[in-house]
Amino acid sequence: MKIRIANDDIQSLEVRRLERVSGEDVKRCYQCGNCSGGCPVSYAMEIPPTKVMRFLQLGNIEDVRKANTMWLCVGCLQCYSRCPQGVSVAAILEGLRQEVLRKGASKTEVRDVPFPFLKKAPQQAIVCGFRKFVG
Amino acid sequence: MEHMKIPYYPGCTLNTVAKQFDTSAREAASIIGFEMKELSQWNCCGATFPLTPDNVIGLTAPAKVLSSARKEGDTLTTLCSVCYNVLKRTNKVIRDNKEKRNVINGFIEEEYDGSVNILHYLEVLRDKVGFDKVKGAVKRPLKGIKAATYYGCMLLRPFEDIGIDKAESPTIFEDLLRALGAEPVEFANKIECCGAHLAMNNEEVVTNLSGKVMTSAVDAGAELIVTTCPLCQFNLEKSQPRVAESDTGYTPVPVVYFTQALGLALGQDIETLGFEKNSSDIMPLLKKKGIA
Repeated sequence: MKIRIANDDIQSLEVRRLERVSGEDVKRCYQCGNCSGGCPVSYAMEIPPTKVMRFLQLGNIEDVRKANTMWLCVGCLQCYSRCPQGVSVAAILEGLRQEVLRKGASKTEVRDVPFPFLKKAPQQAIVCGFRKFVG
Repeated sequence: MEHMKIPYYPGCTLNTVAKQFDTSAREAASIIGFEMKELSQWNCCGATFPLTPDNVIGLTAPAKVLSSARKEGDTLTTLCSVCYNVLKRTNKVIRDNKEKRNVINGFIEEEYDGSVNILHYLEVLRDKVGFDKVKGAVKRPLKGIKAATYYGCMLLRPFEDIGIDKAESPTIFEDLLRALGAEPVEFANKIECCGAHLAMNNEEVVTNLSGKVMTSAVDAGAELIVTTCPLCQFNLEKSQPRVAESDTGYTPVPVVYFTQALGLALGQDIETLGFEKNSSDIMPLLKKKGIA
């Protein structure tokens, strides 16, 4: 795959905005891969955590937005805990989710959550799920 | 130890589907010699700590809990790992970040300064009571039970905010189980995630993650899995039949809250521990070990 590297992309304003929202600096990442190694859900992600960081460094926020990655992050903080550079990929993914949810869109509609689940599940799962998936 | 009264925040789940977690903890506390005094005013903590510093509104619900707690003492204990994580991290933000403290206080109309000390029930047992004293109170040792102590994520991470124990190799939970007479097993996935809130829309990932936790525990010889979080408990118990179906070499094991194991060891009446509320059955194991 050919990757086009251009100043305009690297200095992407959208990535800068994401950095401000998430409190992270994408340039700190030196691509060691510990985050993807520690992430329990990376196996199911279209773009695993390490690649998310590389894409953002190159200004390619669009592909990261399209991927299922942000919706699969469980926020367990294993990426952050094992990052030698102290980067929280989880915070960056939450920043991306927040961007979607604040515009009012949802990943999961409340009416789609099965009733037996709502009846049996711990309240914390429902409250947390609503905050992570519903705009 | 003089009679201790510790303000206690149950959180929403312990008031409903995880009632047995709450009642067994209160009863165990009274046997050991302290009282968990439920806050007179509390609300849900929000069940997730906002991971972006930009999201201050997410801190107001836990801040309200903390400011109510401050009116009832300088310590607050809680049982659910998520409540513990959210309260402790929010408290740190309020204590260390003046600008955010002002915004939050303005919003909740309180003057809270971050001075409450948040202790998980495990920390109360370790640091206030002492595991030796717990051990001394054991009347029905969990002798011969190989137990997997499943920490999950929220009890431990991020290390610099939570600091209950070492980030990668904690022992607080094993130390308690050892005091109760059980034999903790070392297993690879003890600090890995169960799938958490993905329970709402992605059963496949939850089954996979919870499955890895349980198979790694059982492969290490565990006959019992012990948890500290109602969501871990739910995800493990819900996934177990599927795991057993797809992996014929897997033997299902009972999953219980650590306070149920504690109450059992302290000699509480088994009927009062709420085991019938768990979806896995511990009784065959207890009979096999001659405990019940």
